[in-house]
Amino acid sequence: MLTLFLALAASISAFAQANISPAKAQAKKVILLGGVVHTGNGQVINNGYVVFEKGKITGVGDATTVKFATNDGELINVNGKHIYPGFIAPVNTLGLVEYESVKATLDFQEIGSLNPHIRSIVAYNTDSKVPATLRSNGVLMAQIRPSGGAISGSSSIVQLDAWNWEDAALKTDDGMHVSWPATPRFRGGFGGRMAFSPESLAERTQNAILELNSFFTEAKAYNEGAKPAETNTRFAAMAKLFKGEQKLYITANTQKDIVAAVNFAKKFNITPVIIGGSDAYLITDFLKQNNVPVIVKQPHALPNNIDDDVNMPYKNAAILYNAGVTVAVSIDDFWQQRNLPFMAGTVATWGLDKEKALQTITLNTAKILGVDKTVGSLEIGKDATLFVSTGDALDMKSNKIEKAFIQGRDINLDNLHKQLDKKFSDKYGIK
Amino acid sequence: MKKILLALALVFSALFAFSQQTFPVNGSADVRSGQYALTNATIVVNANQTISNGVLLIKNQVIQSVGTGTAIPKGYVVVDLKGKYIYPSLIDAFSSYGIATDPSAAQRGGFGGQRQSIFTTTKKGPYNWNAAIRPETEVRTIFAIDNKKADELRKAGFGSVNVINRDGIARGTSAAVTLNDEFEHKVFLKDQTAANYSFNKGTSSNDYPTSLMGSIALLRQTYLDAAWYKGQKEEYNISLEEFNKQQNLPQIFEADGWQNILRADKIGKEFGKQYIIKSNGDEYQRIDAVKATGASLIIPIAYPKAYDVEDPAEARNVSLAQMKAWEMASSNPGVLEKAGINFALTAFGLDNTREFWANIRTAIENGLTEKQALLSVTEVPAKMLGISEKVGSIEKGKLANFLITSDNLFKSSNIIHENWVQGKRYIVNKMDVSDLKGVYNLNVDGVGSLTLKITGPSTAAIERSGADSVKTTATFARNGDWVTLNFNLKKNPKGDVRLTGYISSESPIAMKGEAALSDGTEGKWTATFREAGKEMPKREEPKPALAANGPLIYPFQSFGNEVLPKAESVLLKNATVWTNEKDGILPNTDVLLENGKIKAVGKNLAAGSAKVIDATGKHVTPGIIDEHSHIAGTGGINEGAQSVSSEVRIGDIINSEDVNIYRQLAGGVTTSQILHGSANPIGGQSQLIKLRWGKLPEELKFAGADGFIKFALGENVKQSNFGSGQRFPVTRMGVEQTFVDAFTRAKDYEAALKVKGNNVRRDLELDALVEILNNKRFITCHSYVQSEINMLIHVADSLGFKINTFTHILEGYKVADKMKAHGIAASTFSDWWAYKFEVAEAIPYNGKIMHNVGITTAFNSDDAEMARRLNQEAGKAVLYGGVPEEEAFKFVTLNPAKMLHIDDKVGSLKAGKDADIVVWSDNPLSIYAKAEKTFVDGVLYWDIDKDAQKLKQQQVERARLIQKMLDSKNKGGRTQRPMGMTSTLYNCETASDYSNGFEAIQTEEGGHHHE
Repeated sequence: MLTLFLALAASISAFAQANISPAKAQAKKVILLGGVVHTGNGQVINNGYVVFEKGKITGVGDATTVKFATNDGELINVNGKHIYPGFIAPVNTLGLVEYESVKATLDFQEIGSLNPHIRSIVAYNTDSKVPATLRSNGVLMAQIRPSGGAISGSSSIVQLDAWNWEDAALKTDDGMHVSWPATPRFRGGFGGRMAFSPESLAERTQNAILELNSFFTEAKAYNEGAKPAETNTRFAAMAKLFKGEQKLYITANTQKDIVAAVNFAKKFNITPVIIGGSDAYLITDFLKQNNVPVIVKQPHALPNNIDDDVNMPYKNAAILYNAGVTVAVSIDDFWQQRNLPFMAGTVATWGLDKEKALQTITLNTAKILGVDKTVGSLEIGKDATLFVSTGDALDMKSNKIEKAFIQGRDINLDNLHKQLDKKFSDKYGIK
Repeated sequence: MKKILLALALVFSALFAFSQQTFPVNGSADVRSGQYALTNATIVVNANQTISNGVLLIKNQVIQSVGTGTAIPKGYVVVDLKGKYIYPSLIDAFSSYGIATDPSAAQRGGFGGQRQSIFTTTKKGPYNWNAAIRPETEVRTIFAIDNKKADELRKAGFGSVNVINRDGIARGTSAAVTLNDEFEHKVFLKDQTAANYSFNKGTSSNDYPTSLMGSIALLRQTYLDAAWYKGQKEEYNISLEEFNKQQNLPQIFEADGWQNILRADKIGKEFGKQYIIKSNGDEYQRIDAVKATGASLIIPIAYPKAYDVEDPAEARNVSLAQMKAWEMASSNPGVLEKAGINFALTAFGLDNTREFWANIRTAIENGLTEKQALLSVTEVPAKMLGISEKVGSIEKGKLANFLITSDNLFKSSNIIHENWVQGKRYIVNKMDVSDLKGVYNLNVDGVGSLTLKITGPSTAAIERSGADSVKTTATFARNGDWVTLNFNLKKNPKGDVRLTGYISSESPIAMKGEAALSDGTEGKWTATFREAGKEMPKREEPKPALAANGPLIYPFQSFGNEVLPKAESVLLKNATVWTNEKDGILPNTDVLLENGKIKAVGKNLAAGSAKVIDATGKHVTPGIIDEHSHIAGTGGINEGAQSVSSEVRIGDIINSEDVNIYRQLAGGVTTSQILHGSANPIGGQSQLIKLRWGKLPEELKFAGADGFIKFALGENVKQSNFGSGQRFPVTRMGVEQTFVDAFTRAKDYEAALKVKGNNVRRDLELDALVEILNNKRFITCHSYVQSEINMLIHVADSLGFKINTFTHILEGYKVADKMKAHGIAASTFSDWWAYKFEVAEAIPYNGKIMHNVGITTAFNSDDAEMARRLNQEAGKAVLYGGVPEEEAFKFVTLNPAKMLHIDDKVGSLKAGKDADIVVWSDNPLSIYAKAEKTFVDGVLYWDIDKDAQKLKQQQVERARLIQKMLDSKNKGGRTQRPMGMTSTLYNCETASDYSNGFEAIQTEEGGHHHE
């Protein structure tokens, strides 16, 4: 059975996109001329240009005020089209899973609850068939994180066109991921019998928080003192976090959990990033005062409570943005990341101007992840990780990516799905 | 043990011992005739008749006469009940008194219950195949007196109960017993009062049924099996034998909640039965529908406790419906009375029987009359159970089952003194025949003359006038005729004065006895009645008033309406109109809605009397139709215990109160096909609904639509990723043979039914398959990979049935030519893949390819969240493959209408079609489009502006209720801690176990997953 299964898997990967190679380094200057430049920092240039060379952006501006020599690199006319910085998909398991129901392909969750020593980057599979299906929708970078337990381990930020994980890495071990122990919620009819009382659940949650607290406290002491005779690799893995070289991402959703999580981190002199934050809109003042950014997870979700505004999950990010909280949006799972652009579109529909909404998947994300010096917007000196769409890329009706560049490299936008489309359209003789 | 019981009874209160005719006596016989005359009482004979100053004669546990001025024969013990009341003892029609619960029962089923792959009963003997059908259970054979519980019930005033063994779907017969505690032989009022039913499989270890709809199907099939059994000679089956015998008894159905009342009643009507239904007290929410069943009800008076809402963050976890249910629950009995429904009240469901009276009084404060209250605990249950000739009122010839009370039974100050059951006197609160309250002349040797004031059962004061004037309180106690008094006068003498003695004369009252002083001297004392005390007028505690109740809403859920919206005549003016007809997309066009239908589509239409809505800049489209949905169901949407479950019907378990109906209206959805899950190759029958928010479950159903059924292939039916691996099939090869076998049996069955004079057992499972073979029911088949799709097409061809729709069909693009050739429609996901192995080659171009090959193609949700954005999913047909916008939007409107055979009514905008219409802010395929208005049958169920108002009103209503709960808590009301609750969400893979009234759902919490 197992061999049969392996054989099947092998035959599929053998077929799949073996002909899609990572692009070669940028050889000559590229000038994208004309078109609407969405810089990612909230600006838009209606008839603009973007120039990049050796993988870095060397010019961005108004096309009506400059002239480019045709022999000076490759000039691509993008009149009427849109130029965007590559979208960044934060907090997901891309490349750590191939088929959700096939255990052998699952590499995102380790055994145990306190796993700061676990590092996602080493399991990131550049040969996964999934990333190519993201690139063709404009998602060019991602933050790959382990999940599960109270401390899941360290994430890394990658670009999505690479031979191996070393090539892919933009920033390794950028942050430590914690899940705030939350009181579980129940589905089901009213009056149904509960297996656990609210009191026992609250106690369980409290114990989990105490356990997390003592781990952090001991880890901090461990890393401040002289190296003890007996090494604790888990504690040692927390050193970067306490030194401020790593971010702390805490998943928390209810207002109480968010406040508790932030106050917890503050005790260790850390300003955390809140992941999830479905009730964050209720405590914008608190988040702003504490300078806590939020990565809103899955705007396409049902409301937390039956009584909530049915469209609240759509509105959450815009409310946070308008209140002055640094906010990015993300989406669950791995293959779904190709829908990230439409999360920003949703944010735009429900309360933000489109360019600001764009920030929630570009510059704001880069800032929150600590990579805004190199990516996240179309600004001189940053990586030339960007793409051209014939229409508004935040809308599925018009998202159509014609060209994409990662660090200046002109990447192949083919993927497994396009290949299968072609194969069977050819069979039927249709387009 | 029996001896001890007897001894105890004698010591405490027994006045005569029951003589057991057939039992030998160890010692001398002690036969008593139990002759009593209760005099001077106010006798409440029944709810309509009260006798003042009455006399009640009883002998040998039977009432001999009730009346006034009755001559008391010699040999009767006379009990003077001046100032007291006599009421008939109460009857509880629904009790588990005297039934030992199986401790292992809690381990089975219910939360976390794992399926064991137990397909047929493990009970030895010729019993029903499914252990949840156990009509052979007879309470009379398992009942045993439970002294502790009997005492608890008697203290609350009950004299008899109907005992039900609450286990299983067909539960067998109940028996009525009194709460006398002597011998089982004595207490039986009726050995078989009723046949009992429920939707709960109880302790049955069989996997089937796992769902509410499975329970319903099993019960339905049992009626058919029993009918067949009568006319056959092949087998002996105790269960069916007993089931048939019980059909002439009253039929009691335990079905908690008004929706289950309607479900139970529907089954009853199908088989010519009128159930008496025990419910849970929420009938006020839909009293008209409950009334329309014509069923008599048994209603608990257990109310939800207030939620502890002091912490606003925690209070968010309590929904409006929970708060309103807390507020309105106690009005339920009054609402039932006003509606004219025949109902009994039960103490069943109370945390503690002691709450019974407080809750009855609350019900009375909230609209229940005392008369009805009395009826509902005496004559009504007596009649239901057929025990009226013995209990329920105080009449000659009936059992001496009555209460002696200090006052009107329903007054809060009332005390139940005694509860007589079958002539046996049980003291609840000791009744002192003479009241000692008053002022007395007290003389104590060595102390002198004092004044004693007895003010209550244990309170007294001592006064001395003159030189050593003193006023002090005394402790006073009385035990029958014995009295003790203790006081301290500080001087003359110093120290405590302790008196003990007895009542020496009743009229006038006098007491005397021994005195002991603190210096050791002893003496005598006497007290003689001087005058009545100046009694403080007794104030009936004014009940601290809580504010009035809020309005009922329909549905009883957040976003419910106080008044159901009605169809309006509306002219939508100057919109971009997506007709889905040959006119295509028309700019600057009007749509006129009238009487729930589309009256006209065109330019510059005259409004007439219609309300004009300026839709300039808006897009007007037909409502979205979701071909694959699992909202608005309850009790599980998978009956997965067997490979074939075509007997189950989603139509049986529609839940009109699901908030997801409203949420999806907010996304422009107007019609949804609610499907069975995909746990087995042949699933259950589907139900097409319109999202008529606030209507009853039956009213949601799409009238006149063809019946459909869910089939499934692949990993789920093989149980690749869950389950025990014991249920056939576990391979795609086995899946084929499951279909072959089922349809072969169905054909043989159909042929057998056609033979004249046959006694073929009606089989609901096969009936559904015969319908398919005759093109009267249509298949929606969950499918993934091309091999299995191809397989089912071949099976269908060879057995002569048609496949209407492949749903999911993610590899449809690989066999599009074959599907096209067979005229099979496709309802798929826009872009889902990689969530399991069989979707390794699922591609977002699937819809486009199938469409371009000429297949009727739809995008569906299978997900309560995604269903709100199906318009955007249609937009992905533009993204992946460039399907023209007009055609792409048909993927979620006209095309699903076609595959559901309802395109003559919905799916496009044309005069005469249903006014199921959405007004969008933008091109509906765009991420920027909001559904601003959604009409179903011309009724505006979603309006983005009204929604904003509703949210505000809801805030106000919540605030009011929170304040009321805080008030209740401050006044000592009990509270419960709020717990986060969300609505139940199902998708194809949701496996649940519906038992013990709790649904355990075995999917990852909070996940956003597909099957």
